[in-house]
Amino acid sequence: MDPVFIAQIALVLVIFHALLLSAAGMVWAERKVAARLQQRLGPIYVGPAGLLQPFADVLKLFFKEELRPLAADRILFYLAPIISAAAAFSAFAVVPVGPPTDFWGLLPEEIPLHVADVNVAILLVFAITSMGVYGIVLAGWSSNSKYSLLGGLRSAAQMISYELSLGLALASVLVMANTLSLQEIVNSQAGYWSVFGVETPIPRWYVFPQIVGFLVFMTAGIAETNRAPFDFPEAEQELVAGYHTEYSSMSFAMFFLAEYINMVTVAAVSTNLFLGGWHMPLLPESLGFLWFLLKVSAILFFYLWVRWTLPRYRYDQLMQFGWKVLLPIAVINVLFTAAGVIYFGA
Amino acid sequence: MIITLNHYLVLSAVLFSIGTAGVFLRRNLITVLLSIEIMLNAVNLTFIAAARQFASVDGQIIVLFVVTVAAAEAAVGLALVIALFRHRETLNPGAFTSLKW
Amino acid sequence: MELEVVLFYVFAGVTVGASVMVVAQGNPVYSVMLLIASFGGLAGLYVLLDAPFTAVTQIIIYAGAIMVLFLFVVMLLNVPREDAAEAGRGHPLNPPGARRLGMVLAVAFLAELGWAAWHVSTRQTGSLAAVPPGDVSSVGQIGRVLFTEYALPFEVTSILILVAMVGAIVLARRESQ
Repeated sequence: MDPVFIAQIALVLVIFHALLLSAAGMVWAERKVAARLQQRLGPIYVGPAGLLQPFADVLKLFFKEELRPLAADRILFYLAPIISAAAAFSAFAVVPVGPPTDFWGLLPEEIPLHVADVNVAILLVFAITSMGVYGIVLAGWSSNSKYSLLGGLRSAAQMISYELSLGLALASVLVMANTLSLQEIVNSQAGYWSVFGVETPIPRWYVFPQIVGFLVFMTAGIAETNRAPFDFPEAEQELVAGYHTEYSSMSFAMFFLAEYINMVTVAAVSTNLFLGGWHMPLLPESLGFLWFLLKVSAILFFYLWVRWTLPRYRYDQLMQFGWKVLLPIAVINVLFTAAGVIYFGA
Repeated sequence: MIITLNHYLVLSAVLFSIGTAGVFLRRNLITVLLSIEIMLNAVNLTFIAAARQFASVDGQIIVLFVVTVAAAEAAVGLALVIALFRHRETLNPGAFTSLKW
Repeated sequence: MELEVVLFYVFAGVTVGASVMVVAQGNPVYSVMLLIASFGGLAGLYVLLDAPFTAVTQIIIYAGAIMVLFLFVVMLLNVPREDAAEAGRGHPLNPPGARRLGMVLAVAFLAELGWAAWHVSTRQTGSLAAVPPGDVSSVGQIGRVLFTEYALPFEVTSILILVAMVGAIVLARRESQ
């Protein structure tokens, strides 16, 4: 068999399992970071420094009884977590995690480190995360309970409202990069910025000219993945856990998996778009995969930090912020970016 | 066998007929609107197939406009459905006959 | 069998099957979800026709936004199943009298359209494979043509959306007593 083909299949399997492991790692990191921010220790008993805690949690969830309310719509009730999880995993398929590599001579030619090579990659990520809305809406509806329905509809409305700002922040990067393929966008971030012909030591990442776009993307990303401070629809104190109230055991685990993997996807996409992907100034390129992991971990830590520091937005405040503040900022950012690209000819 | 333009046109015709049948046979306003969307999609498929056949990008642009107009029409149609439902508490088109002679 | 042929029939089957189920079965939420599946099949067909941008745009706009709107309306109005409103009518696709004639006419319509569509391009080369794709920058091409030749329809479309938005809000507003 063709070694390149085997390498590609192995890459698919590795990325899939890495996503699962990253979700488990996020569970651990969330509890540890939350604990430290609240001046306590967090999980310390299960495994060294509590590292096996997520596996203990999954094991516990696995042995719980799988319940379904009698009046719940059977097909939709089981379809909802499937849609959430499937959309979360599929969106990562076009995200490159490192430079094209031949694994230090093992392969005859270099392979790119993503599952699928699509030249409309960013739009594909955007489209698949739009599909994730259906998992939440169907979960809310099929549970046949008023808390779930309210939580589901509010969550869906929040997600589609913040998708606009997300798309516009994406568009500002696209205007600068002139391509839709994530691989090409990362490739165009190699090297350093040169201002009016003078080379500067600033790496050529898009976060530097597009700081507003980066902030808009991060904020909209937090809202898209239903994380605090935008997590009103699933807040424990408000809506009895919202759209996944009626779920237990592995269906509940699938919703949580989907949420964490969406976070990882948003972090990975924002790394590739704004933070230069696997490029790092002054450090060897062949270990690009490590720099990518470093940046994604930094963004995920930022997510956790924000969650356990800021208070929660009320639902109407959240919607007002999305439509009246974030969207105009994103639009103006695109306008200025387009004007800048035309003027400076970048 | 290779897939020719004819295949896509026949598929589009099938989808269009399904949509038309839905508009005429269903007694629920929401499903009627969904059938109209099916018809619009059949037309989109014809445009894209023709754009491929004649190597022009115009078909894709027209599809973009069709999708946008379909969005606007779905929004207004659903607003009308909401207003009608508030009035009569039913979504059966047979209940809205006050203009019939 | 070539991959393209298999994929065409798979996507075509999904699209037609889902569309038939949209029309044929009674639960409105299922109808909306099946229509989304039909859009997925269509997106696959667009990719086969070398229009990846249109495929992804269809998913984002149609399946990701318009169908969410439909789903919201269905859930908020708590739309009942159709058969519940008309007891004794039987299945919606097996109606008495005039509507049976309507179904026969629909099948005749399909037969005629299908025949016309099959014979329309026998005068041309007929084969889609004869047209070389080579469109790596199809998005760039679309953008270029959209903003030069079709600039006026583009601007008119934006006004159309504004009008539709205002109209929808006004129509669906509850009368303040």
